[in-house]
Amino acid sequence: MPEAILKVFRGEKDSGTFETYKVPIEEGMVVLDAIHYIQQNNDPSLAVRWNCKAAKCGSCSAEVNGRPALLCKSRMDKFEPGQEITVQPIKTFPHLKDLVTDVSWNYEVNKKITPFTPAPDANWTFYQEDIERVQEFRKCIECFLCQDVCHVLRDHNRKDAFYGPRFMVRMASLEMHPLDTANRLKSIKEDAGIGMCNITKCCTEVCPEDIHITDNAIIPMKERVVDEFYDPIGKFLKSIFAGK
Amino acid sequence: MNETTAATHPHTGMTTRNDSWWLAPGLVAVGFGIFVIYATFRAFENNFYEIGPIISPFYSPKLPTPSWFPFSAAFLILWMPAGFRATCYYYRKAYYRAYFMSPPACGVKVWGSQGYCGERSFPFVLQNLHRYFFYLAVLVLGILWYDVFIAMFSEGLNISVVSLIMLANCILLSGYTFGCHANRHIVGGGMNKFSDAPGKFKLWEFVTHLNEHHMGWAWCSLFSVGFTDFYIRQVAAGVFSNPTLIPFH
Ligand code: SF4
Ligand code: SF4
Ligand code: FES
Ligand code: FES
Repeated sequence: MPEAILKVFRGEKDSGTFETYKVPIEEGMVVLDAIHYIQQNNDPSLAVRWNCKAAKCGSCSAEVNGRPALLCKSRMDKFEPGQEITVQPIKTFPHLKDLVTDVSWNYEVNKKITPFTPAPDANWTFYQEDIERVQEFRKCIECFLCQDVCHVLRDHNRKDAFYGPRFMVRMASLEMHPLDTANRLKSIKEDAGIGMCNITKCCTEVCPEDIHITDNAIIPMKERVVDEFYDPIGKFLKSIFAGK
Repeated sequence: MNETTAATHPHTGMTTRNDSWWLAPGLVAVGFGIFVIYATFRAFENNFYEIGPIISPFYSPKLPTPSWFPFSAAFLILWMPAGFRATCYYYRKAYYRAYFMSPPACGVKVWGSQGYCGERSFPFVLQNLHRYFFYLAVLVLGILWYDVFIAMFSEGLNISVVSLIMLANCILLSGYTFGCHANRHIVGGGMNKFSDAPGKFKLWEFVTHLNEHHMGWAWCSLFSVGFTDFYIRQVAAGVFSNPTLIPFH
């Protein structure tokens, strides 16, 4: 039976070693299966967070050969036989143990966003074309891979100035909702720090739900922010035509 | 278990990626570099940009230059498409990665991590003016379409190789220009309820289709505009000929 060579980070709180394991490859296997094999056959104390093994719960985020990915969506057959597969915890969030990190910062950020605010007398009938853009954003499984890869959080560690792509998606889903009445543009610019994003699209590249984070959420939000804060001519013309 | 490394941080060095992550930014850096060098050379050359009524896209519309102006007329035009491309959302991604290494590729460490402000402070905050360059680019594009018309119809019907190259260039430039993210916002992206304006929705959908391939349009039109100028230059310099395919006087 062919064998895969896995180099897995083992340790706590940012300090540890890379351990090499040999794992027999079976048809249809994913990296999470290989990690489970190691738990069952080599070391039951190997820590990994997972739930669904179906790429739907967003728990098993890690970095496979340096690429942020869901362990349960990373097929073993995409690697050459004998190629070393390096598995690391995600980099952007505090390391706890082995492949597990503390992603709770994201839940704190989430609380800061003005929630869905429909008018009290809203007419709840709306059409597919009104909701299609928002539906794409609702696919998010909160794996935080986009947060992990975003260089603003990952390399610059500007968690004080930028909410990150996952929350740009959430804010876009609220701002574009046909029944929402809140205006979050000032908060998107100032608190969420949309200007920190330089649209280099790594979030889009790693999103396992194939959400076009940059093109469909961040750039449209940047354009709305321009309407409000950087386009005096457009604002002036609009005020004339709106008779304001 | 076979091997254990020495104690280490889980993330050290520039990246753990072992694929050719440097290839895409490398190609972008070389591709842009070649175009910028060629365009600068042509703007300074101030020659070989006309063949009868046909004019190179680098010099069109031919504006009169005051005697004190030290540069060619191309400089009066080129800042508009150059500004449009420099502030384009796609090109921003491409050059932030290729030239600023911010980051060079996904999961690869940025170069120089001090004082990053994204697009919040000068000069990058000016990227927010992209829509103004879009308006100017539409104006220039209109003139280039007029040039195609002149190249084909100024002396009866005259379909020459150069006029067909100019036509292809304008088609590619239109696909690029109208697929712009700012345009996508202007035609309807700023709305929240498309069912209120079905016409705008259709337009937004059309622009969205163009926008999905914005990178492809960007590169093809960059190549075509350079090639159109190059071909006109070579014909004007007497190196290439410009055979007429369908003459009708
Ligand atoms: S496009 Fe913006 S949000 Fe996405 S990874 Fe890049 S900098 Fe971060
Ligand atoms: S947007 Fe995509 S990458 Fe980011 S958290 Fe949601 S599913 Fe994960
Ligand atoms: S285990 Fe649920 S996404 Fe991987
Ligand atoms: S986004 Fe590329 S031209 Fe506007």
